Amino acid sequence: MSAHSTAIEVSSKRGVWGGGNEPLKASYGKLMMWFFLLSDIFTFAAFLITYLAIRVSYPAYAGAAETFTGSNEYWPVPELVFEALPFLHGVHAPLIFVGIMTFILIASSVTMVLAVEAGHRNDRNDVVKWMLWTLLGGITFLSCQAWEWSHFIHGTDNGSLLTFVNGLGQNVTETVFGANLMVNEYGPASFAQLFFFITGFHGFHVTIGVFLLFLCFYQAAVGIYDKRGHYEMVEKIGLYWHFVDLVWVFVFTLFYLI
Amino acid sequence: MEVQDTKSTLQVTPRNEEKIKKIWKTAGFLLAITLAEFVMAFTMDRGILLYSLFIILTIWKAKYIMMTFMHLGDEAKPLFYAIIVPLIFLVWLVITLIKEGSDIFMMRW
Repeated sequence: MSAHSTAIEVSSKRGVWGGGNEPLKASYGKLMMWFFLLSDIFTFAAFLITYLAIRVSYPAYAGAAETFTGSNEYWPVPELVFEALPFLHGVHAPLIFVGIMTFILIASSVTMVLAVEAGHRNDRNDVVKWMLWTLLGGITFLSCQAWEWSHFIHGTDNGSLLTFVNGLGQNVTETVFGANLMVNEYGPASFAQLFFFITGFHGFHVTIGVFLLFLCFYQAAVGIYDKRGHYEMVEKIGLYWHFVDLVWVFVFTLFYLI
Repeated sequence: MEVQDTKSTLQVTPRNEEKIKKIWKTAGFLLAITLAEFVMAFTMDRGILLYSLFIILTIWKAKYIMMTFMHLGDEAKPLFYAIIVPLIFLVWLVITLIKEGSDIFMMRW
């Protein structure tokens, strides 16, 4: 062994974690995306578990579906709250619209995997095609959510008669239409608060996702990834997009089914 | 100035139809589970049984998304466990907060 040697001596007995190799067999970017998603899972889990905790601290509406009226005394039945469709005013269509939204998001997740698969094959045309479909799905989902929010905020034709403490600290009994962070016609104040915060935080993630999808679509289309020699960015943005779908699966169950 | 060269220098591999078929199959599963949940929401009585079924089906869907779409199952084992094991703490959080919530319910009503 020479004293001037600059090369690091490598023992052949060095194990997987001894350095000089990739024990997790994933690139830096992919690893960091995974750990970011893990921390994001905890954030969403905190939100959703809070929802569960507050949900079980109220009695649930137990009467007949036909005679349902919102009240801040009990938790509403989701299929009787989310039952409207755009352009079809007054039609009772429980959970149909949110079902369509779920379908759109799952479909965009599928086109995303197809884009990732095309990326593995360095097939630029397929990547661009599937990224465009995914982008379209993301934008459609966001538009649906905007309508859903708008309907939730404006409320139904009849509203509900509630007794509550208003913004001036007075105890009042009046008909409430729609929802805000103080009071809503559907259920306890925390029902609308949690709806706004959780679907809003999810929608914020989708919005960022749409920006990333566009970036990825653009870079793939102009050939940046070809120059770079690999399509790993499609994979990383794909991970994020599937995560958004994953969270929606839980939001759908907790908000719209339970 | 040089015109940007948009011709690919990378070798394009042909489509692996089997892989693509698996993706569509998983998508079909996810949609079928969601449809089943949908039907159950209208045909079954609300209660512990229905809610447990919803949660089991949701976790089942989550498994499909993470394993097939996010390829977590294909990653190296240490990475797989680094993501999955911390989620065990959430089980504790769910149990504690549901207990807390039902205790608040008992005090209020």
